[in-house]
Amino acid sequence: MDTMRDRFAPVVSRLLEEDPRVAVVLAEIGRDGFADAQLRHPDRVINVGIREQLLVGAGAGLALTGMRPVVHTFASFLVERPFEQVKLDLGHQDVGAVLVSAAASFDWPAGGFTHMAPGDVALLDTLDGWTVHVPGHPDEAETLLRHAVAAGDDRVYVRLSVQSNAEALPVDGARFRTVREGRSGVVVAVGPMLDAVLAATDGLDVTVLYATTVRPFDADALRAATRAAGTDVVLVEPYLAGTSTTAANDALADVPHRVLGLGVGRAELRRYGTVADHLTAHGLDTRTLRERIGGFAGGGDGGRVAVRG
Amino acid sequence: MTTTTTEHSRPYTHGDLPRLMGLMTGDEKHGPAATSTLDVLWVLYNRVLRVGPERMDDPERDRFLLSKGHGPMAYYAVLAAKGFVPVEWLPDFGSYDSPLGHHPDRVLVPGAEIGSGSLGHGLPIAVGTALGLRAQGRTAPRVWVLVGDAELDEGSNHEAIAFAGPAGLDRLHTVVVDNSSAGHARPGGIAARFEAAGWSAVTVDGRDHAALYAAFTAPHPGRPRAVVARVEPKSA
Repeated sequence: MDTMRDRFAPVVSRLLEEDPRVAVVLAEIGRDGFADAQLRHPDRVINVGIREQLLVGAGAGLALTGMRPVVHTFASFLVERPFEQVKLDLGHQDVGAVLVSAAASFDWPAGGFTHMAPGDVALLDTLDGWTVHVPGHPDEAETLLRHAVAAGDDRVYVRLSVQSNAEALPVDGARFRTVREGRSGVVVAVGPMLDAVLAATDGLDVTVLYATTVRPFDADALRAATRAAGTDVVLVEPYLAGTSTTAANDALADVPHRVLGLGVGRAELRRYGTVADHLTAHGLDTRTLRERIGGFAGGGDGGRVAVRG
Repeated sequence: MTTTTTEHSRPYTHGDLPRLMGLMTGDEKHGPAATSTLDVLWVLYNRVLRVGPERMDDPERDRFLLSKGHGPMAYYAVLAAKGFVPVEWLPDFGSYDSPLGHHPDRVLVPGAEIGSGSLGHGLPIAVGTALGLRAQGRTAPRVWVLVGDAELDEGSNHEAIAFAGPAGLDRLHTVVVDNSSAGHARPGGIAARFEAAGWSAVTVDGRDHAALYAAFTAPHPGRPRAVVARVEPKSA
């Protein structure tokens, strides 16, 4: 199967044809995919070199002239390195952009920690007004990229990853989707975590919500799900554990509830290997997820005993 | 939107600027630091920039980006003199309800193309502005960004300088107000830095209006332009 990143350049190249406002800003990474588009639109496919502060700043300048910039590099160099540009050049200047990242939390484990960005969504959570899409399949990535570019002058982050579910689901760029209904807890599976969550909760009496747009957080969907399934909530996110715990707590502020936030741990592993190795190391493999979810919710043997969080 | 021009029977001149600044500072006498940008701003707004309060949304207007947002009194005074900002806003400078902060906010200040304060943001944004205008086929508007000499310490500027020269962004102009405030600067180094990246660059007396005008309007085909405007040292 191709990856979300394989879809990025073809989709955005088509958008360059369809919408004269669209401009692509790159910092070397991903440039080969845009070679043809750059020949056709030399003024709207811009590679600034390995200069990430300029990458975001130039995107903001394009937006100030009325363009719709699509700004791309690895997540660590798109959100973390030029974070002040994201905060000021986009947010404070009150302009929009579509930031599209690759490499996610540990898409290239052998590349080590310098190319891992499990904190990207948490960092964006310190800022106002960001829409965050976390597709779980290349088809969903394609749909969400189109939503992102079409979203007026909004600030939108699209997080692409090699992690993927086997099958795509319909996504609307806004709401969570109910994938399974139960009576003893709600599990929110974000993007590429869905397949592991479905396998891990097989036979557990839980509702599974599928989230591909995590900001704004679909509080209505979570509240609605808890009416039948109760207010034990487990979040399974492919980035920093607990990133959406506050959002879930806020959604349920007026009812007693419990939230368990699962995801990538803070500790630097200093390990290479494979994506599967890292999922296991962070407790995001199917077996460990089943232990942790079953121990917290689902009416299974774990009952009400909270497991290590 | 403003009563400035009707209450004021004649257009404001350069000689009015100390009084306008005094409405913010409480004193019509200002030291070199407060006025380091004043002559550069006046020559630009009075004779060079094709801007005005009536064309703030005109896509064909020139863009002036104040990157060095510290000490914006001279900027606000010029914006008031040119009718962008009502003069009656000036005395409330920095108050809770004032649109005029100690760093400008483009959302609040009519005529301000960017908000600034944190150093090193204006030049990269100016590069993107020049790129955006070029992508839309708008060849008339010129983009200007004002930076300070110490602001050039910020590495983000050098990302922009190194890109803009080879990219041939000939609508882009940087004016560096050099009041020798950088801690580790080498005299003569600023223009050379721009020239090494393929810019057209010149160093002039930042108080000499004729020299500034000549530097601002000299042709520089195919290359972005840098004007280093030297003024009294900040520490003098």
